Amino acid sequence: MAAQASRLKVSQIGAVTQIEFVDRNILDESNIQQISEEICALVDETPTPLVLIRFGNVEHLSSAALGALITINNRIKGKDGKLRLTEIDAQIREVFTITKLDKIFLIFDDADEAMASLV
Amino acid sequence: MNSQGSDLDGEAFAKEVDLPYCDLNVEALQVEIASELSSREYPREGVFAVRLAIEEALVNAYRHGNKKDSAKRVTFECVIDGHAALFEVGDEGRGFDLRSVPDPTDEANLEVPSGRGLLLMREYMTMVEFVPPGNRVRMSYRRLPE
Repeated sequence: MAAQASRLKVSQIGAVTQIEFVDRNILDESNIQQISEEICALVDETPTPLVLIRFGNVEHLSSAALGALITINNRIKGKDGKLRLTEIDAQIREVFTITKLDKIFLIFDDADEAMASLV
Repeated sequence: MNSQGSDLDGEAFAKEVDLPYCDLNVEALQVEIASELSSREYPREGVFAVRLAIEEALVNAYRHGNKKDSAKRVTFECVIDGHAALFEVGDEGRGFDLRSVPDPTDEANLEVPSGRGLLLMREYMTMVEFVPPGNRVRMSYRRLPE
């Protein structure tokens, strides 16, 4: 069976793992599951993960995707790592506000500021 | 389902789907609905709201109603005109008691990965109601007068 194509664009900038999404819509259950597993695998292979997730390409995000982000955040915190979110569209940012998840995620408008807070 | 109380501007769009969840292309359905809303000049935030609410309602039907049995059926009905978009989503489950759903914004639940779909549906749609015993949800998005 052929391997599934990655739904992430991952780059390593110094100690920081930077993640972007291939999909504009992070809604579909199976895609979210794959994204979550891919990011968790990256976290697991790093002793103290420093992760920056850029949402610049993302137009829609469901509650299942929020759940995946919480799982990833918990996994990173469990390894004394840090997670930062950036470049979130205003409408999606409102989803974080409504759900009060802006209290548990550190969200930056500017990717450089987010990066600086990690190192 | 009908669009009582709303004057039609042009022809209304109506759609009914009754399929096993595994045969339902949720994204294609969302794209079709978004296209119908956009063609009637619904605002961008309205299209975003409806798209999100449809996703949450269908996923709830599959996850909670049909207990992730993708062979079980979900139903989807909608009517869209120039004033409002009405939706009904059903599943094969036994329903649920709305009062038993924990508040996901409660401090103690913030780091729980699930349980936000209903909150988002209620926040983004004009009206959300569950038909007893709770295995059908009706939602509407009403366009504000300009």
